[in-house]
Amino acid sequence: MKVLAAMSGGVDSAVAAARAVEAGHEVVGVHLALSRNAGTLRTGSRGCCTIEDSMDAQRAANILGIPYYVWDFSERFKTDVVDDFIAEYQAGRTPNPCMRCNERIKFAALLEKALALGFDAVCTGHYASLLTDADGNLELHRSNEVAKDQSYVLGVLTAEQLKHAMFPLGSTASKSEIRAEANARGLAVANKPDSYDICFIPEGDTQDWLTEKVGKAPGQIVDRSGNVLGSHEGTHEFTVGQRKGLSIGRPAADGKPRYVLEIRPKTHEVVVGSHEALAIAELAGSKFTWCGVAPKDTVDWSPVEVQVRAHGEQIAAEFCVRDGEMIIRLIEPLMGVAPGQTAVIYAGTRVLGQTTIDRTVSAVPVD
Amino acid sequence: MPVYLDHAATTPVRPQAIETFLRNSGLIGNPSSVHGAGQKARQALEEARELLAANVGAHRSEIIFTAGGTESNNLAIKGLYLGALAKDSNRKIVITAGTEHHAVIEPVEHLEEHEGAEVVLAKVSAQGELDLDWLGQYLAENGDRVALISLMWANNETGVIWPIEQVVQLAKANGIAVHSDAVAAFGHMPMNFASSGLTAMSISGHKIGAPVGIGAMVLARDAKLAVTSHGGGQERGVRSGTLSTPLITAFATAAALAVAELETETARLSRLADKLIAAILQAAPDAEYSRGSSAGLPGTVHFLFAGCSGDSILFLLDAAGVSVSTGSACRAGVAQASHVLIAMGRTESQARGSIRISLGYSTSEADVDAFIAAFPAAYAAAKKAGLPSN
Repeated sequence: MKVLAAMSGGVDSAVAAARAVEAGHEVVGVHLALSRNAGTLRTGSRGCCTIEDSMDAQRAANILGIPYYVWDFSERFKTDVVDDFIAEYQAGRTPNPCMRCNERIKFAALLEKALALGFDAVCTGHYASLLTDADGNLELHRSNEVAKDQSYVLGVLTAEQLKHAMFPLGSTASKSEIRAEANARGLAVANKPDSYDICFIPEGDTQDWLTEKVGKAPGQIVDRSGNVLGSHEGTHEFTVGQRKGLSIGRPAADGKPRYVLEIRPKTHEVVVGSHEALAIAELAGSKFTWCGVAPKDTVDWSPVEVQVRAHGEQIAAEFCVRDGEMIIRLIEPLMGVAPGQTAVIYAGTRVLGQTTIDRTVSAVPVD
Repeated sequence: MPVYLDHAATTPVRPQAIETFLRNSGLIGNPSSVHGAGQKARQALEEARELLAANVGAHRSEIIFTAGGTESNNLAIKGLYLGALAKDSNRKIVITAGTEHHAVIEPVEHLEEHEGAEVVLAKVSAQGELDLDWLGQYLAENGDRVALISLMWANNETGVIWPIEQVVQLAKANGIAVHSDAVAAFGHMPMNFASSGLTAMSISGHKIGAPVGIGAMVLARDAKLAVTSHGGGQERGVRSGTLSTPLITAFATAAALAVAELETETARLSRLADKLIAAILQAAPDAEYSRGSSAGLPGTVHFLFAGCSGDSILFLLDAAGVSVSTGSACRAGVAQASHVLIAMGRTESQARGSIRISLGYSTSEADVDAFIAAFPAAYAAAKKAGLPSN
């Protein structure tokens, strides 16, 4: 196969490309230029997007003996990921930009370009496994390396996208195995630190960065009964479940800490309440997709597991599709889930599908 | 062997330049040393300086050797601006153009940010031509406040040639120093430093078949240039640092060859370029030869392909063994839409669909034919892939 290996400059994508080469594929390395004003050197725990990262990717490609190119996706990345991220926060939601990047850049813009240029697949260093069911359909599964599993951020891929995806790291037992392999292959990125931060936010300070982008928009902090408890400088500075930075002078009547329960961008209100009030019983969203073949029965409630954040746990739930919405009912309430987050549903290790959460139903009714 | 059609990025080192380089690498002395060994190195170096000066149309003392075009531009732009400002604190305007190489734009922006310069960008047409009427008008109104004009002689991406002699005439009337980045032009078109009237000019070895790492700032004897790089005082005290005899002699060798064959090469490359242009337009009828009918370098062929990403064409041609470019070599490894095309008033989408095919002394008819054979399929696939913003 002709394989395009997306190379960020990190160890995972370098080893993924190496494994694709070793499997006998004709591999070309491509680094995605996602920023107009790429920094010179890597800082903090950001894993890509500086010139140093691009050079690291190029060095890895040289060692693997594969051609290497930088393709500019900065315009698409800005509109589809960065602007979306800002708009979601402004709408009082909590987006996952890595998911958007997979959905709209790596397995959309990049994949489309790759297919048009004669490639068969896009290979990335994600920790996830592609398996085939008895009928030959592709299924996306969690990686063997559970701690590093990234099936969640790939949950947005469709059957068509899976056909052209390649995740050579899925069968890996541990990250240290990848580092050892990189070392053995002579890849200089073997000891490059892992990345955690959002790649387009310098210094990893999301709130400051957002304030710089959208400016201040003061409003009130209220409780669920509408009592005003304090003020804030912009709803984008808050996420559901947040406890710190509320700067409410008065303590709650019961003396317990208060948490952000809800964000109402239209009225500039941040609603706070007790930890118990964060409990969510149900999630729903109209923007859902199936990762591979769709489940046969989506009308009746079916048991699944759900994960609502990249490194969150998998919890028991049941789901169905009603009135154009995927509805996920949690067996045990889940604390602090926000609209904008993505709920990925699993059957065991297999990713069934996902929805962006539009609304949540509290487990604790308003008094 | 890949077919190399990116001579504007760098051209293969001429065999005679390699021979000169190797021969003079055996010389022992530092050309600034007083002993016999030093004198021998100095002799070889000064012979090269005279040879280069003759081919540039300059006095031997006007050749200041540097590491290349970027260093020459930095020394000239910063030095001439600060020199003019020191004489007349009213002169703070630097006129340049958005189509210049980054090696001019960045030093000018540095002056704006750190030395109080006011930057004015010259008007440029959609085909990349300089609007001389605008310049004349601007100087008539503001000439006494202008410190420096820095405009390139030929554009490295589009190949458009600018009327530098006329720029100098307009500037001289107002007592303004003029620098020209002639890196793309020197050795590829007729030029003469003395008759141009320029105050300073930048040239580079690796664009004419010398190794990378050697260039020169040609600096008029009467130029008022502030020293911005300090050291042992070599090269009129303007560019300190030990001189590389092997590189300098190789540079002069390559320059002499390039200038000697200029007339025959111009005719030969023009014919090959015409063949290329016709073939491209046949495969891509809606492609635009970006400089239109404006004067340009014979070996530089620059096209805009609508709805198509230049890096797709580049990738596919590379896979077919043909090396071309999307414009100038990508800036520090990160691909971006060409700032030159944006400065020509082109849209970002247009700028993303650019390809530069540049021919040189070693380009054969077979090279051009190989491109013509590979291009239609590459273009068709790239067109299908479209632009990432679509």
